Amino acid sequence: MSELRSKADKRFQFFWNIFFVVISIVALIPIIRVVSMSFSSKDAILGGRVFLYPVQFTAEAYGRAFKSGSFLTSFLYSIFLMLGSTVVCLIMTVMAAYPLSKKNLKGGTVIMTLFVLTMYLDPGIIPKYLNVRDFKMIDTVWALIIPEALSAYNMIIMCTAFKGLDSSLYEAAKIDGCNEIQTLFKVALPLVYPTLATLALFYAVGRWNRLSDVLYYVNSSGLYTVQMVLKQLIESVAISQQEGIATQLVADNIKSASIVISMTPMLIAYPFIQKYFTKGIMLGAVKG
Amino acid sequence: MKEKTTKEKMRKIPFKVYLRNTWQLYLMLLIPVVYMLLFRYKPMIGGIIAFKKFNVFAGIWNSPWVGLANFKEAFGSKDFWNALKNTLILNAGDLVIGFPIPVFLAVFLFEIRNIHIRKATQTILYLPHFLSWVIIAGIITQLFSTSGLVNDLIRKAGFTEINFLSTPFVWRFVYWFSGVWQSAGYSLIIYLAALSATDPSLGEAAYIDGATRLQRIAYVTIPQIRATISIMLIMQLGKIVSIDFDRPYMIGNTLVKSASDVISTYVYSVGLQAGRFDFATAVGLFQSVVGIVMILSVNKISKKMGEEGIM
Repeated sequence: MSELRSKADKRFQFFWNIFFVVISIVALIPIIRVVSMSFSSKDAILGGRVFLYPVQFTAEAYGRAFKSGSFLTSFLYSIFLMLGSTVVCLIMTVMAAYPLSKKNLKGGTVIMTLFVLTMYLDPGIIPKYLNVRDFKMIDTVWALIIPEALSAYNMIIMCTAFKGLDSSLYEAAKIDGCNEIQTLFKVALPLVYPTLATLALFYAVGRWNRLSDVLYYVNSSGLYTVQMVLKQLIESVAISQQEGIATQLVADNIKSASIVISMTPMLIAYPFIQKYFTKGIMLGAVKG
Repeated sequence: MKEKTTKEKMRKIPFKVYLRNTWQLYLMLLIPVVYMLLFRYKPMIGGIIAFKKFNVFAGIWNSPWVGLANFKEAFGSKDFWNALKNTLILNAGDLVIGFPIPVFLAVFLFEIRNIHIRKATQTILYLPHFLSWVIIAGIITQLFSTSGLVNDLIRKAGFTEINFLSTPFVWRFVYWFSGVWQSAGYSLIIYLAALSATDPSLGEAAYIDGATRLQRIAYVTIPQIRATISIMLIMQLGKIVSIDFDRPYMIGNTLVKSASDVISTYVYSVGLQAGRFDFATAVGLFQSVVGIVMILSVNKISKKMGEEGIM
């Protein structure tokens, strides 16, 4: 009997192992495909000979992608924008979360409610746009930093982390003569480092990937992030196909190379992202 | 006892002394609070232009009131209903197709003993979650265009090619597929975490009682993660009228406008592109209000059914 069961179990394990290997490969195919295209020659792509590996291997497309127009500039600019806006977001988040994590803070509940309500009340795109315009931020880099500088959701996660610290640490710091700001920097922040890292990644990934605010708030191409430049690149091809024009404006291998380049920061950061984001999801889940 | 006395002492501290200890905290809070008022609450007030005829020179405050005229116009507009219909269809598809898949994957992945396959599957499926919709749209075009990978395979199998990206009906499946690819890994991780918090002895007891593996999954494992499943379901149901901008905007194209025009992209095109701020605000406001009503009612229903709510 037990042997029968274990045989059934072996069959089960075998089947589902294969199932998940297949699922994983299928999920990877889109990425493998775009990487192979980017390393293939133009002729091989036009001839339909590229399947899931590079044909007539060449890195030429990468050179062309970096040379073409503003791609390299916008790539570097996006990196700086991502770093800068992440720093701003983190400072704002900590400045809100640390005081609100104190149990005895007078007025804390009211202010907390003020933050929480923003998670459910959405003014919509147009009033937000008019607001950014009121502050004369349209077509400036600030429009891509300030409007999303603080998320209530992330603030609550940060607040929970501060609340989780042992209150005797705060008392000890106080006895040692630390004021609140010193306590924050010397005691609290070093201890919530994992949460801080998680939120930094949340903000950084969000900034790197977001297209909508670039589309809404920015007109001059000097402020286009890499996503916006990539969008134009992709669409220049799509439009020419739709109109039935045979010549593509941007060759498929250059388009692929640009996609791969735009992916790299996320791919490089992925091991960290995976570690901290998984934690972050759980933080959110606990809160939920 | 000791705690009580400190608490009593706290209450007796005069406000001046209290401030002397905490003024730095209030100073710290000042900037985020002012920020929230200026960048979250001020735009909410700006939403009143939904009830006005917006005049660029007069500004939000001095533009004349028109009552519900903008809403009436929206409800009389074919494009608005089309956008609303598409929003509902696309979200409903995400719910029907996208919601069960990660639950299914998580339950069976959890049964697998080979730790390498488990880890690798998790890592690979989670990866697309960090790609932007611009990148995903670029990849999707490569896969589903007439010269793309999928049509290559279809042609090799001897069938005629399918115009995935230019046939509105078929395009919806591409949209739903993109959602599964992008977010299944994310939900998978949530469910796996819920599963690892379950009690294995229950499954063992069922095993000794002679339950088959599928019976154990159906009657022991899934009931234990019911709370997580229901919270995820509530959150998705609550968002049925609201739709992200980047995804439909990027995956869609002009040929499938009749299926890909949704509220968010519609607001963008009539508001920011055509400059009809008042009308577009009304459409956005309609979506926000219906959205809140949905969240509140779904939350209430689920609490009545004995599930945990999200609020």
